[in-house]
Formats: sequence, structure tokens, C-alpha cells
Amino acid sequence: MKKKSLSFFSVLLLSFVLLLAACSGGGSEAKPTNSDDVKTAGSDIEDATELSFWTFAGTHADFYANAAERWNEQNPDKPIKLTVENYPFDQMHNNLLMALQSGSGAPDLVDIELAKFSNFLKGDVQLEPLNDLIEPELDKFIPERVSIYEKDGNYYGAPTHLGASVVYYNMEIMDEAGVDIDEIKTWDDYVEAGKKVVEVTGKPMTTIATNWYGIWPFAAQRGSDFFDENGELTLDSKENIETLEFVNALVNEHKIAEIAPGNGYHSEEFYGFMNDGGQASLVIPMFYMKDFTTYMPDLEGKVQIRPMPKWSDSEYQSATMGGTGTAVTSQSKHIDLAKEFLYFAKLSKEGNIQLWTELGFDPPRWDVWEEPEMKEDNVYYQYFHKDIFDILLTVKDNVAGIQISEYTPDVLSEIDSNIMHKVLREQNATPEEALKESADTIRQKMGSN
Amino acid sequence: MYEVNVKNKRNLTPTQKPKNENSIMKFLNSKKVVPYVFVFPFIVSFTILTLYPTIQAFMMSFQRILPGQIEFIGLQNYERIFNQTFYKALFNSTIYTILTVLILVSVPIILAILLDSKLVKFKTIFRSALFIPALTSIVVAGVIFRLVFAGSENAIANQIVGFFGFEPVSWQFTAWSGMFLMVIMASWRWMGVNVLYFLAGLQSIPKELYESAEIDGANLFQKFRNVTLPFLKPIIIFVTTISIIGGFRVFEESYVIWQGNSPGNIGLTLVGLLYQEGIQQNDMGFGAAIGVVLLILIFIISIIYLLLTGAFKRGDE
Repeated sequence: MKKKSLSFFSVLLLSFVLLLAACSGGGSEAKPTNSDDVKTAGSDIEDATELSFWTFAGTHADFYANAAERWNEQNPDKPIKLTVENYPFDQMHNNLLMALQSGSGAPDLVDIELAKFSNFLKGDVQLEPLNDLIEPELDKFIPERVSIYEKDGNYYGAPTHLGASVVYYNMEIMDEAGVDIDEIKTWDDYVEAGKKVVEVTGKPMTTIATNWYGIWPFAAQRGSDFFDENGELTLDSKENIETLEFVNALVNEHKIAEIAPGNGYHSEEFYGFMNDGGQASLVIPMFYMKDFTTYMPDLEGKVQIRPMPKWSDSEYQSATMGGTGTAVTSQSKHIDLAKEFLYFAKLSKEGNIQLWTELGFDPPRWDVWEEPEMKEDNVYYQYFHKDIFDILLTVKDNVAGIQISEYTPDVLSEIDSNIMHKVLREQNATPEEALKESADTIRQKMGSN
Repeated sequence: MYEVNVKNKRNLTPTQKPKNENSIMKFLNSKKVVPYVFVFPFIVSFTILTLYPTIQAFMMSFQRILPGQIEFIGLQNYERIFNQTFYKALFNSTIYTILTVLILVSVPIILAILLDSKLVKFKTIFRSALFIPALTSIVVAGVIFRLVFAGSENAIANQIVGFFGFEPVSWQFTAWSGMFLMVIMASWRWMGVNVLYFLAGLQSIPKELYESAEIDGANLFQKFRNVTLPFLKPIIIFVTTISIIGGFRVFEESYVIWQGNSPGNIGLTLVGLLYQEGIQQNDMGFGAAIGVVLLILIFIISIIYLLLTGAFKRGDE
């Protein structure tokens, strides 16, 4: 008998535990459990308002923590305690989707990457419009940098940078090959220089990422894009096909480019390869400076930045790429304070100057471009060269913008998993075939919604 | 004499019961109620963690789900499921299932027989060595597999391949090697568990049968064919069924190698597609529809398999 009642109790206990587990599962916040690292600012201040922040970039986390420290110095009457949590890219965006969908667990402020941003503009947008911050100074911003986060006249994201694409040249390799980089004016010149580099040094002129970095900057600089202004898909347009043919020729015809180690420019494999002088040049937005100083210390003083070579049929010297929009979620209990802090950290003049001095990001507010602080010495001037900001000033009137649609994430995912793989790596589809096939897939999805 | 003793005991038991037992306990411990008490935890966890989400997913598959806007859209989600990407995922999952079932049923039987025989020494070590992968975190395993099967010539797998005089393989980027990676990872991971099932099955085979088979002059293969296999049949059916279900549900193996987006969708599985569409692209209704299709698919295949093997008849025998 004793045994029986014991087993009965254990069963009861077990069911109780299970019940508890189920309850806590349903009631708890959808908060991710394993944050990579957490930075806090203002934790020593009593009765500071607590604000939480999610990001996917460690460098951004430092930036916001520093901004919170400055905020607390300047606003002793409304101090904040900012907790910045840094998660892996996919995990952060997925968790945010879940939290916003389910209605609980979202942070006050969050960094949302451009490739994912339109996912958050569907349905009843769970982000707060930032119009009252942006509209009074709208003419100070580069317009398309704020419009990429816009829906129905509301601006939901605070831009991080202009993201102008440039070319980084490894001067050790260019000098060895005897190429004068200032003579590279057009993409044809670039190909010729590349052939010389490969011939003399045996190293590739560049590497191509098998994600959007390998096509979008080239396409946009040509004046083309994946969507037109009406939101119609133009992925398989003549210009895009020609652009992909050009990229494909770099790799498979002229053999002056290889596929990027680790498939992208943000992988450990690539950082190591580039740092060891693995390739002569890299086409990427200006914001990559921070990656150079952080992950490629051996290249200090060896890299020169130049505008992109031109297409024969386009005047654009650069294209704006990428971009993280910082948003305030509707679940925040301190929406006004969060917005005020966001303005202070990123949208104000001072904030934009900090974006340059701390992160090396080309500021999205053009009215700070002429400020003396931009010319002051900082780590980026030391790592690269004196006139890096002047290069931006020379191209600023010839920067192509990008069009963002609700289906941009689908296009980028197709590029990542199908187009670049089939054309560049497998070579079992021509650029035209691959682009047409992917475009059809996406059109089918667009048509059905 | 013996009978009487038992009877006596039976008669004695009630009188020895403590009198102060309360009636609720009596009720709960009665023979009619106690089975329900024992299955209660399962029923609760099943209802909350399986049944409710299943019903919910079924409903979601007819909706377009966006924050604050849940809209009933009928069969629209189902109408757009059957496209190239879905067929690719279905193809991958099917091939994966077939391969894992073949490997994870045949190899463990042989390993189990070896481990059960007198030929092998240090059995416990082998047994635990085979079982440890099942306890390893799949994410850790994925990192190691990625390094072993990296594209460079210096990666372990390519060194081995090079030793035999073949060109280095870019393992994670070609269709056959991508599938090979997933299958080898699953085999490595679940081998030990299946070996345990078969070892348990082998224990239940009466040794006399082998002896009489030997007397009849059966050789090793005949003994295996006519004694071991028939006795292992229920275990084989069980292991095959869970392998089929596990095969169609594969997700982690693909995810840890390619993080969601595999080149040319060589590693896209049905659950991977569900994750991609439902979570990464924020289309939960569509994701739910894929889930329902997957549920029906697994259900049909399992039922067909169980009918073919006669598993349902066992109760009637």
C-alpha cells in the first residue's frame, strides 16, 4: 500500500511540475534566453527609467551604451538605464517578429536590418512612427535614407548611415602589380587592372559574395534595381541581367575574381583571407571601415579608398546600400523617452557626428558633412588615409538610391540561395535564366497575396 | 498447498490495511481510477503542448496572420504551396528519409548483433561510445561537421579524399555532398539509440532456438535470417516508423550546416521551408499550411507502412 500511495504522489507531483512548466511557457515573455553579450549604461543612477535595446551588431551596442552615458550627463532630470542586448542576426529578427506578433516581450528600442525591415511593416505596424522627430528636419536628411523605412507616410526607422559604396584597394598588391588606382575610372579599366593584378601577383582582383553584396551595389550604381518606384518587380530587367553577366564574367570569364571565402564579406573566413592580403580590392559600402579596423589589423596603412568605377551608361559614382533602421516598438512603456533618446543618439546633429567618429559610418544627415568634427583625426583617418571624407563629398551628388518593397526580403533570399549559386558557383544557369526563374517565383508570391 | 497459501495471503491482505485511510485516496487508488491517474500527466502535457498547437496550426493555415490583422483567406495558403521550392524540399526530405531509414535500420542491427555476441570485447565502452552522439548538442556537432567538411584542401574530409587521389570536394555546395552531410550527421547522431533498441530486442530471443537451429545444421546467415530477424520484427517496425517520422521532420541537420539558406536549396527540407516562410519571412499562415501538409504526409506514409507490415494485427492475435 505504501508503495502505491508513493507512486500516486509522484504522479501528482509530476503532473504539477508539467502544469507549471506549461503555464510558465505560456505566460512568460518571448525574451531570448541566451544573449551573446549585454551592455548596460546608467545602472548606477537611482530611479533611472529602464530602457531595453536589442541589436545584432556588437559595434552598435557600444555606440548606444556610450550615447546613454552622454544622455545621462546632459539630462540629469530624466536619466535612463539602457540595457543593450546583442544577439545573432537571424535570432534577433525572429525573436522580434515573435514578440511583436504575440504582443509581449519586445524591447523598447531595436535595430532592424534593411533586408528584414519590410517584414515589420506588414499588418498593423507594431513600431512607433518617428515623424515628429524626422519631419521638422526632413530636408537635412538624405531623403531616400529615411524613405526606405516609410509606410503610408509614416517613418518607422532612424537611419544609421548613408551606406555609399566605394572600393577599398590593398595598395601592397596594387603597387606590386604596378597599377595606378587613380587611373581606374570605368569598370572596363577595373577589369584591365584586374587582369594585370592576377598576372603579376597571382591574387584575385576581388572576391564576389554570393549574397546581395555581389550584385546589388553594381545594379544600383547602374541606375537599376530589383523594384521600380511603383513596387513592380524588375529583378529580371535587361540592366540587371547585364549586371549579373558582368559579375559572372569577372569570376568565370576574365577569372579576375573568386567567390568570397565563407560566401560573404562578414564571415570569419573572409576576414582572415582579406587580412592576409588575399585579394587586391573590395567593392563594399563605406560602413565596412569599422570591419577593417576591428577584424583586419594587419592592413592598417595599406588600404586606399576610392569611388566606384563608372558604368559607361550611367553617371552614378556610388550606390547607397544596406542600412539598419532603429525603431521604437509600440510595446514600450516609455515611448516618448525612447524616441527622445533615439533622436539624441542617432538623428540629431551630434548623434550623426558620433556615427562618424565612433563607427566610421557616413552620416545620413548631410548638414553635418561640412562640420569641422568630420575632418578631425580619428581611428579611421589613422587606419586609412587623410582624405577619406573628401571622397564622400566628391560623390555625394552622384549616389544612386535603392527601392525597397514588401517583397525585398524574398528577393534577397532568392539571390542568396539560388541566383548567385547557380550562376557563379555551379554555372548551370545563365544570368538571364536564373534571374527570370527567381523573378517568376517571387511574382507568383506577389500575385497571390 | 501452494494454492492455499496464496489464497490465505489474499484473504489476509485487506485485514492488514490501516483503517485511517481517507476515502479520496481509496477512490484514486482503486483499480478503475488508477490507470487514469497514471496517464493524467501525459494527457495534460499532450493536450497543452501537442493537441492545442495542432488545432491552432490547422486554423492558422486558413488565415493570413499579421500583427493586429488576422484574416480568414480560405484555401489561398494551400493554393500556393505546391511550387518548385516545395517540391525541392519534398524531394530532399524524401531522399533523406529513405537514406536514413536504410542506414539507421540495417547498420544498428549488425552493430547490435556484434555487441551482443561473444566476439567483441569491451562491450560497455562501445555501447557508450555509440550512444554519446545522441547526447551531444546538435549545434556543437554542426560546428564540428562544418569544420571537418569545409571546402579547403586542408579540411579533414578533403585530406582523406585527397589521400585516395581525388580532387577536394566543396562539401557544402553540391547537391549530393550536401545530402551526404545531412545523412551522415543523422546517422552518427541516432546510431547509438537504435543500437540500444535492437540490443533490447536481442535479449528477448530465447537461446534455445539458436541451439536447436545449430543442431539442425543452420549456418550463421540462416540463423540470422530465420531466428534473429523474425524476433526483431516488432523492433524493426518500430524503429523504421520513428525513422520515417523523424526523417520527414528533419530540420536541425540542415539548419546547423547552412543556417537556414542553403545554396541552390540543396539542404532545404520541408520543416526548413516551414521555418523560412513562416518565421523568417513572417508568413505564419503559410508556414502553418506547410505544417498541415507535412502532418498529413507523415500520417499517410506511416499508416501505409504499418498496414503493410501488419502492425495493426498484433492486437488481435
